[in-house]
Amino acid sequence: MIPLGWSLALSAVLFVIGVVGVLVRRNALIIFMSIELMLNAANLAFVAFARALDSVDGQVFVFFVMTVAAAEVAVGLAIIVNTFRLRETVFVDEINILKG
Amino acid sequence: MIPFLFIGFAVLLVASSLMVILHRNPVTSALFLVLAFCSLAGIYLLLHAEFVGLVQVIVYAGAIMVLFLFVIMYMNLQKDEESGLQSALRRALGWLLGALLAAEAWMLVRGRWAPGPVAPQTLAPPAGNTQQVGLALYSRYLFPFEITSMLLLVAMVGVIVIARGRAAAARDAAARDGGEGGTP
Repeated sequence: MIPLGWSLALSAVLFVIGVVGVLVRRNALIIFMSIELMLNAANLAFVAFARALDSVDGQVFVFFVMTVAAAEVAVGLAIIVNTFRLRETVFVDEINILKG
Repeated sequence: MIPFLFIGFAVLLVASSLMVILHRNPVTSALFLVLAFCSLAGIYLLLHAEFVGLVQVIVYAGAIMVLFLFVIMYMNLQKDEESGLQSALRRALGWLLGALLAAEAWMLVRGRWAPGPVAPQTLAPPAGNTQQVGLALYSRYLFPFEITSMLLLVAMVGVIVIARGRAAAARDAAARDGGEGGTP
């Protein structure tokens, strides 16, 4: 039996890595992967609590989170591809056409 | 045995996640993300969430990462991230904020946890994990499950509309107008 604290600590570390990735990198694709890491950290916390409370509700939530993540990745990558076609870049610093 | 496996998977997970955000090549980042997802699936198996673990491998490591790699290779990126004072400053700021968040998370995790007033729905232990998840999904969470199918449909239509681009849509509109003008 793994202690709940270990899983939560791992989840926190994973989430922090995702946040740092979003803050540090400028490549839109890497930012997207970091968002995936954060979603997975939330999933890990769900599964850990489901295990600790001896319930399957958390695993059902993970199922829903995965569905949302799949939809989000598909839409986001389509937007990135479209932006790349228009601006020839995926670096978020250079996508500043909305700036006045 | 199980704690050692957990530590091993955790170390693999953290190391590959760090490689995702630190490596310069997006393709390498994506492959390290696959490794991170697979080690996370191992942790799910250790936490007795077999269904979630296998879905993690199939959906994340399979479908989502293939989509990522497809887009990365479609773009064929040549140049890497540019350097400069402003970029370095922002990078330092990002690491600082991340350290702050890590400190907060550490304070949160090391505190004592009181079990909340939850009444978990406990099912019969002999049933397999997939059976339990299926029972919960199709009884208690039936409505959210149906909403999920709606979400996927909307995402599918949206992706097709977005990915076609403006030029193709304009061409189609022109062809349609031309066809309507020609028929009468």
